[in-house]
Amino acid sequence: MGALLSVKNLTAGYGETVVLHGLNFELREGGITAILGANGAGKTTTLRALCGLCRRRGEIEFDGKRIDNLVAEDVVRLGVAHVPDGRGTFAAMTAEENLRLGAYLRRDRDGVAQDFENVYTLFPRLKERRSQQAGTLSGGEQQMLAIARALMLRPRLLLLDEPSFGLAPLIVQEIYRTLRTINQQTNVSMLLVEQNATLALDLADHAYLVETGRVVISGESETVKADETIRRSYLGY
Amino acid sequence: MDALLHQIFSGIASGGIYAGLALALVMIYQSTGHINFAQGEMAMFSTYIAWELIDYGTPYWGAFFLTIVFAFAAGVAIERLVIRPFHNLPVIALIIVFIGLLVVVNSTASWIFGTTLKTFPSPFPSEPLWNNHYISNHELGSIGVVLIIVAILFVFFRYTTLGLAMRAVAENPISSRLVGIRVSWMLALGWGLAAAIGAVSGMLVAPILYLDSSMMGGVLIYSLAGAILGGLDNPWGAAVGGFIIGIMENVLGAYVIGTQLKFSVALIVIVVVLLLRPAGLFGRTVVTRV
Amino acid sequence: MAEQVKTSTTSTVAGQPLSSVPLVKSATAQIQAVPLPRRLAGGRAWGIGAIVVIGALLPFALQNFYIFQLTLAMVYAIALIGLNMLVGYNGQVSLGHGALYAIGAYIAAILMNSYDWPYWLSVLPAGVVCLVFGYFFGLPALRLSGHYLALASLALAVTTPQVLKHKALEQWTGGFSGIVLSKPEVPFGLPINQDQWIYFFVYAIMLVLFLGAYNLLRGRIGRAMIAIRDQPIAAEAMGINSAIIKTSTFGVSAFYTGVAGALSAIVVQFVSPDSYDFFLSITLLVGIAVGGFATISGAIYGALFILLVPNFAGELSKSAPWAIYGVLLILVMYFLPTGFAGFVRMIGQRLSAMFTR
Repeated sequence: MGALLSVKNLTAGYGETVVLHGLNFELREGGITAILGANGAGKTTTLRALCGLCRRRGEIEFDGKRIDNLVAEDVVRLGVAHVPDGRGTFAAMTAEENLRLGAYLRRDRDGVAQDFENVYTLFPRLKERRSQQAGTLSGGEQQMLAIARALMLRPRLLLLDEPSFGLAPLIVQEIYRTLRTINQQTNVSMLLVEQNATLALDLADHAYLVETGRVVISGESETVKADETIRRSYLGY
Repeated sequence: MDALLHQIFSGIASGGIYAGLALALVMIYQSTGHINFAQGEMAMFSTYIAWELIDYGTPYWGAFFLTIVFAFAAGVAIERLVIRPFHNLPVIALIIVFIGLLVVVNSTASWIFGTTLKTFPSPFPSEPLWNNHYISNHELGSIGVVLIIVAILFVFFRYTTLGLAMRAVAENPISSRLVGIRVSWMLALGWGLAAAIGAVSGMLVAPILYLDSSMMGGVLIYSLAGAILGGLDNPWGAAVGGFIIGIMENVLGAYVIGTQLKFSVALIVIVVVLLLRPAGLFGRTVVTRV
Repeated sequence: MAEQVKTSTTSTVAGQPLSSVPLVKSATAQIQAVPLPRRLAGGRAWGIGAIVVIGALLPFALQNFYIFQLTLAMVYAIALIGLNMLVGYNGQVSLGHGALYAIGAYIAAILMNSYDWPYWLSVLPAGVVCLVFGYFFGLPALRLSGHYLALASLALAVTTPQVLKHKALEQWTGGFSGIVLSKPEVPFGLPINQDQWIYFFVYAIMLVLFLGAYNLLRGRIGRAMIAIRDQPIAAEAMGINSAIIKTSTFGVSAFYTGVAGALSAIVVQFVSPDSYDFFLSITLLVGIAVGGFATISGAIYGALFILLVPNFAGELSKSAPWAIYGVLLILVMYFLPTGFAGFVRMIGQRLSAMFTR
């Protein structure tokens, strides 16, 4: 199987600061890949660089097309949905309006209606709260809303930036279960950035460990899990 | 009693004017979160264009719609050329730029079109309906036009994808880009629509106040008061606020504080509303979790 | 996104977290925070001393008309430093300082005209009245920010001339026609003319007020003001009582502006409602924007700009001087977002970097 996304020698940063120093990784169609690392390792920046939200250089190929010169709006048009850190929900709008915005680029009304049903099935709580202002939802509900909004694009690749951030363990488990379901049902590929290595390695089939802007360990999740360094520094046993 | 009714009706009439410009202010506020202090001047300038077109022999409605098109294009152009370069700067810099724009448009108008008062035609018949002596046809017509604009805007923002996208951009530009909205064009579109609405309000004001480069100065203050009273994020609210301000201005001006202090009505309304209910009477108060 | 989280505890109004946008770029504050090399700091003190001396000598070298213009520029500079405290340092935008300027001018004029107070005694009461007024206007301002405060103060600016014209006050204010004052005499038999004397009178007051502003803004209170501007929540959390700081800033700012207004009445020897219209408020705001937000020296550049540029624009084009003024304003905001003060500082830093290397 060919790679859906391949990144070669990616450098990126903000202003004069360089955060990524030549990152290389690949992601296969339908797979879930995790990027692990500590605070400030460059995980979030990696996702932003893929989307064109920050200054970057290097080769980014998505589905055989170079996307490293595209702005965010155009990357989205290729089917890359980004669930940003901090969730990025539209707080003043209702949950349903948030989902409508997720489907902003789609013209197939029937398909969109179908996807509304799908995400409400995946996240029944959002259906209950659909006419509520997003800003008043709980943290977990907002995370669900952010994921659901991304799904409304019917993306080929889902970029997830720390979906566990700031949430209670039970909610996190629920969200991760749902992510697995989504991956199995729709075959959407996922690139997951996570500090919580245990969670991420359970969900993902491949993983990369990033330290100060470079990939230091990579491989199948099982291999990475067994790695001595990872075990000691990130899994804690 | 008859005198009071008179005041109320002329209040409603001027309220219609304020409502019109208030809608333009709401347009830009909705899409960018800014209050365009130059809105009144842009409307005044567009009205001069209409005047020139009519003077040239264009039929009224032809001139009306051509002016709307001109105003829309000018609004888009101003956003792209003047406002856009400042999108990263703090609010205060932008306020200064709005003021610079106000000064430029105002003085350019009196430079090009002169400083003499000009009469501006009304599209509505001059014989008042049912022979009433409370309200003229032009005033009634203006109110009608404003209500139509309100209805269009309401539907636009609530139910169309484009309207939703414009609101999204105002709230969170980065998330908007991540769902594929072309943010910069939305902002320009907001300015274009606002300028178009402003042009309509200018063309409705001009038959009453006479066309002159300072025509919209006072109107802007009352419209701001109206928009704030009704809620800056809500076209209906802003329009209703405009009407309330018009009535208050006339009734309070006639009976309570005297016509000399009319502006203080606007001041008091703005301060009181902002203190008691900053989102306005009909605005949504947004609650955000921390 | 961190910014959103931070600001969402403040009351958000009508779908817009107003305070999420920094009102004033803190770049200037950062530049200030860079410690100057000691030699340069000493040099700077010498430079300021030299400027003060030159300022004191200027009236002997210039014609009366230019002395009058410079005096007016100093009056503006006092008002600008007052406004800048509020807008630049504390982040509260006021479009209404023309009204405070007017109140100061009228208080002084009424004291001199109706109650026969000497001119030098009328300045302080004018400032104090404005201080009290500003403090109380600052109370509702506590709940407003950004555009909203700008609006409320704008309404104040347009209302004030109407109030000044009002019949009920006519016996003091002179209604539409205003009050004509007499020109202050030169005291103690000094061998200078009246224009030179007024210059020195204003010059002395300006120096005192600048010194006061320097001590206030460069000290603990100034830092608290900046903290409230940049990080309102963090500032509260650090124990800064932002309500007191904000209302007091409003008061002190109004005091400066009121003193400037009173001095303007003395310098021009005339007050009338229409000299204090909305455009005056705008002019003052333009002054601090051009001079540089959150700078003290910016007041001088700003005052010269608002005094000289309209004349200059008038000479450039007879038909559209204000259009040129507006264009210049936009261009300055675009090319010099930190104002002339920021520009001068940047040049200074470049030069010192060249020499210290």
